Amino acid sequence: MNEKIYIAFINGHFPPFWKNLTADLRRCLPYPFEHFVVNVDLKLFYSMDRNQYHSTLLLAQLLKFLPEDGEKIVGVTDVDIFIPILTFLFGEAQLAGKGALVSTYRLNNHFYGLPKDDELLYQRAMKEILHELGHTFGLIHCPDYECVMNSSTYVENIDLKRNRFCLGCQKKLGVTCQEG
Amino acid sequence: MKPYKILIVDDELSVRTSLKEWFLEEGFTVETAESGEDALNKMHTGPYDLILLDIKMPGMDGITLQKKIKEIDEDAIIIIMTAYASVDTAVEALKLGAFDYVTKPFDPDDLSQLIRNALKQKELTSENVQLKEKISELSGVDDIIGQSEEMKRVFEMVDTVAETDSTVLIRGESGTGKELIARAIHSRSKRRYFPIVAVNCGAIPETLLESELFGHEKGAFTGAQYRRKGKLELANGGTLFLDEIGDISFKMQIDLLRVLEGKRFTRLGGSDEIQVDFRLICATNKNLEKLVEEEKFREDLYYRINVFSIFLPPLRKRKSDIIMLANHFIQKYARSMGKPKKSIASNVQEMMLEYSWPGNVRELENAIERAMVIGKGPEITIEDLPLHINTTEKSNPGKVKLSDLEKDHILRILEETGGNVTKAANLLGIDRVTLYNKMKKYGVKR
Repeated sequence: MNEKIYIAFINGHFPPFWKNLTADLRRCLPYPFEHFVVNVDLKLFYSMDRNQYHSTLLLAQLLKFLPEDGEKIVGVTDVDIFIPILTFLFGEAQLAGKGALVSTYRLNNHFYGLPKDDELLYQRAMKEILHELGHTFGLIHCPDYECVMNSSTYVENIDLKRNRFCLGCQKKLGVTCQEG
Repeated sequence: MKPYKILIVDDELSVRTSLKEWFLEEGFTVETAESGEDALNKMHTGPYDLILLDIKMPGMDGITLQKKIKEIDEDAIIIIMTAYASVDTAVEALKLGAFDYVTKPFDPDDLSQLIRNALKQKELTSENVQLKEKISELSGVDDIIGQSEEMKRVFEMVDTVAETDSTVLIRGESGTGKELIARAIHSRSKRRYFPIVAVNCGAIPETLLESELFGHEKGAFTGAQYRRKGKLELANGGTLFLDEIGDISFKMQIDLLRVLEGKRFTRLGGSDEIQVDFRLICATNKNLEKLVEEEKFREDLYYRINVFSIFLPPLRKRKSDIIMLANHFIQKYARSMGKPKKSIASNVQEMMLEYSWPGNVRELENAIERAMVIGKGPEITIEDLPLHINTTEKSNPGKVKLSDLEKDHILRILEETGGNVTKAANLLGIDRVTLYNKMKKYGVKR
């Protein structure tokens, strides 16, 4: 794959330490990464009933921003996202597709009434971005609880995972994660 | 590991899409249906490991759909989804066999947990079914089905005699299930923890039958390189089932009588007497009284084995059991072939009731197995059944010669067995030599 993976910071939402993001992602996904800001009218995706934003519709909008030289795009937002059948999501991706979306809303300690922890927030966001990108490469959830492709239904699950694919998932992707 | 197959039934596209994505990421094979009718059509394409149903849909609602799905696959694991939870509908869904009832939207962790539990239940159910099938394969007793008065009497007799240690003679046409009854008696008797050893006396040449029953010492005859235990010894503590007892030679009748009187015998070529303890069950489709009259069967042996007699009626005499048996075999083969259960078209049911089933339950089972293999739709149709069942037998039988009927029937059975005389003889309930003679008489070639 020669084309780029774009990280889109929706409405200029930059998680802490975001400048490390592309280098950290490249340790497991050795592709060219670019980042940019996209401006989206989030009101279009807002559900008054749920006080949340419709993830699938937002992701569809995000795909329109994928540049011509882009292979994939992953959006990063700080709003609380949902799909109709679930109460909340950390992220959503098109399986073996081009787009993914990650929300930092429930990755933030602040949401759980805990003191701010930027390093932890960054680690969680980076793992979720890697997880959703893994789906866009066709990976499904992995039973290895340390693998970044393990399914996370609680934020604690994300903290348990490592920020890399397990050997099985690396083999499926045809990559070797570098230590970092 | 085989991916689990799931069916999502919901009239809302967004629910179908988002659930489908969620399950795809979990590695499931996912199919969706937008209505009850759509779901029922999909049910006929293959069994699903898990089915999620929306309770409120236009047209057929979730509760009705759940009932219909259970008719097709009674082991289906169904989870009912609703946006408007009410205790009444939840109770009704669970009473009708739903695995669980959940309110939309779900918490992701609740959904994961629910799916894990449901699949564990599915695995346990499948394992349980497989183990039961294995046990019933070994004992064979699950295939004894019947609600007709004739079969009720048979079941009563089985229960009565099982507890005793009496010798039992089971009589009935070929294919009526005599061996199954023998196994049922054994499995209900105090000897059930010991083996039941079956010997088909009609299928073994006389010279071999002797060594088969009594065993032999090394060097007893040419080719006897090792000492070998006979079936009598192997049945020690358990049950000896002698099928087609009416076919054994006069000499063997004398030998057998001696064993039955003293429960002692010697292996061929041996000199030591061996003491055995077994219960004897015999079966035959022959008229033993007539054979005794003709002095082809020893009277003393006849009285020795005819202590308690059970007569198995032919299938044509218990028509009320035919459809029940057919449905039992459909379920059995649907499970073993991993196919959805089929129903029987009403015209086929009528035809099955009219047909005389000369091969009895065995013929019915073969017909259903064939229909399950070749049938395409959700129903068993006339085309799925063997040709000879497919022809009407009501065409003015008063004007047809008996020999013509016999010839036609032999031809049909040979056609069904692909010219295999052994199988055809078995289905016809006669031995191979008799069939060859009849084929010669009627000029029938294989």
